[in-house]
Amino acid sequence: MTPVGLQHYLVVSVLLFCLGLLGVLVRRNVLVIYMSLELMLNAANLALVAFSRFNNNLDGQVIVFFIITVAASEVAVGLALIVALYRRRHTTHVEDLTALKN
Amino acid sequence: MNQTLPWLILFLPLLAVAGITLFLQRKPRLSAALSIGAVLVSFLLSVTLLAAFLQGRAPDISLTWLQVGSLQIEFGLHIDALSVLMLLVVTGVGSVIHIYSIGYMRDDPDYARFFACLSLFVFSMLGIVVSNNFFQMFVFWELVGLCSYLLIGFWYQRPSAADAAKKAFLTNRLGDVGFLIGIVMAWAVTGTLSFAGMKDQWPHDPAVYGTTATVIGLLIFCGAVGKSAQFPLHVWLPDAMEGPTPVSALIHAATMVAAGVYMLCRVFFIFTQPALLVVAWIGGITALLSALIAVQQDDIKRILAYSTLSQLGYMVMAVGFSAPPAALFHLTTHAFFKALLFLGAGSVIHALSDEQNIWQMGRLRHKMPVTYWTFLAGTLALCGLWPLSGFFSKDAILAAALESNNKPLFALGVLVAFLTTFYMFRLFFVVFLGKPKSDRVEHAHESPRVMTYPLVFLAAGSVVGGFFGVEHFLAPQFFPNKAVPIVPPLEPWAMIPGLAAFFIGLGAAYFCYGGADSDPLPGKMKAVCSLLRHKFYFDEIYAGVVNVAQDTPARAINLSDMGLKLVVRLAHGTVEGTGRVLRLVQTGNLQTYTLLLAAGAALALYFILTR
Repeated sequence: MTPVGLQHYLVVSVLLFCLGLLGVLVRRNVLVIYMSLELMLNAANLALVAFSRFNNNLDGQVIVFFIITVAASEVAVGLALIVALYRRRHTTHVEDLTALKN
Repeated sequence: MNQTLPWLILFLPLLAVAGITLFLQRKPRLSAALSIGAVLVSFLLSVTLLAAFLQGRAPDISLTWLQVGSLQIEFGLHIDALSVLMLLVVTGVGSVIHIYSIGYMRDDPDYARFFACLSLFVFSMLGIVVSNNFFQMFVFWELVGLCSYLLIGFWYQRPSAADAAKKAFLTNRLGDVGFLIGIVMAWAVTGTLSFAGMKDQWPHDPAVYGTTATVIGLLIFCGAVGKSAQFPLHVWLPDAMEGPTPVSALIHAATMVAAGVYMLCRVFFIFTQPALLVVAWIGGITALLSALIAVQQDDIKRILAYSTLSQLGYMVMAVGFSAPPAALFHLTTHAFFKALLFLGAGSVIHALSDEQNIWQMGRLRHKMPVTYWTFLAGTLALCGLWPLSGFFSKDAILAAALESNNKPLFALGVLVAFLTTFYMFRLFFVVFLGKPKSDRVEHAHESPRVMTYPLVFLAAGSVVGGFFGVEHFLAPQFFPNKAVPIVPPLEPWAMIPGLAAFFIGLGAAYFCYGGADSDPLPGKMKAVCSLLRHKFYFDEIYAGVVNVAQDTPARAINLSDMGLKLVVRLAHGTVEGTGRVLRLVQTGNLQTYTLLLAAGAALALYFILTR
């Protein structure tokens, strides 16, 4: 049994990222899209932690803490926006939110 | 006291204008009183100034107005024989016209505005008269132009009046361009703008500046051609008849047109011999042309307008003969009798409820005795019958023609004298004698006293004006070494043809128009009369010239403008078309944008990593 190396971590990270991107692209519900987005963010976190571990450099982990903090506040703001949007438009479906075009 | 006198004379009318426009627009009586009071006081002060001047105590004031580099501009009040005389004429005739206007403009709703403009006109003219430098003169010169515009277009509701005002203004601009260039050139040559300084610098021997001096003289003469309505810029003056009659009187007698002749005399030292020859001929041509046109006009004011043109031609001709005193003498006497004739005509027009066609008048002699007698005095003075004022001044000009040995122009002058008598008595016979030619004559009545007293005053001036020794008064300024007697001597060779012309003209006019109901001349000389009736087609020629000179380039420029427009359209069309195509990409769907963003990022990564 080969030891778990950097490559393994990165593959998992890429898979997670692609799953997140796929979710963002194909799901119709804004809430789900938002969750997928968080998935992408965490995929990036995973990659950073892996690099940090294998390069013996703590900078990456520090960045991850920052990202988690910022993401927490971002979630708060983002969810608030979605709630406000729902109250106003009575929908959370992206096809109905085409204000950019008109 | 002495210092303030000229200031008061100049600025009293302006104060009246300011008072009326600021406070008295709604109070016609008060504004008229203020305006008349100001001009009358100016006149009385001018008389005081004359007394001071005769005692040799006249002040000469000069303040520095502004200074730009080496260019120093003064604001001065120059008092000499010339300006004192003009001050008297302008304020004297001006006050009479102001008083007359009370009666003439009685029913006009814009009474206050009229008096404000009238006083502003007098102020501007006084400014020209007392100027001691070119710059100041030009400023007031333009002010006079503005006032003429305001007053000719006083009844601006009438399109014809508005057009006439514009015509007068633009024609004057044309002359003023030359005037301005002349002033700048004179400044460039001498380095000063003041008349006195220029006179010192100006070479007494014209050869020093050669043709430059002649060119400067001719350019400055351009200004006078515009203002004094000389050929070929004379076309505005007859149209200026659209203004109220007192305005015509003011323009023709004391202010506007006198400004040109006055200016020529003021800067007489500038003119070289060749320039003077041109001046004389322009004057002569103007005198002849307009006298001929006057013979076939039917509008009473237009006849007088052409008569003014013709007399101005005389004055300019006199300047051309190096005889400015004679020119100013004629200007003074002319101011009296022309103001008289215009005010008389105004009285007739007023009595016939605004009828101006002489063939609708007739037999006004008994209806309007004061107007009749004063008009007769004015006519005789204009035609030059001894011993009325016009005789002496015209005699002086003809004598000057003889003295400068210019035979063709002397003959022309005599011919014009004949024509003058002819058209003036044509007017006189048709209007005052003969049969009544329309019903309006039945209702005619003499004008109120406020209009007839000015007539009587001016008639007195016209009759005795020749005996004041105007020439004698002015001569020392122009010819320091020549003695001129107080009462001009009778020059037999100038006098006899002049008087002969008068009597022949009188006889011819009586022969043609004594008791005529309509004009007999067009029947006999059709072509000539139609030419005269259409004023030698000057207006039509000018319209044609403007067409060629202005409309053709305008059309060419319009064409190139269309080409330019095409280029602009093309540029704007390309941008808009591209925009339309690109707009299709914008779906408004978030996920499309995200996909494109991701694809773009992937592409960018691919290129960066595979390098």
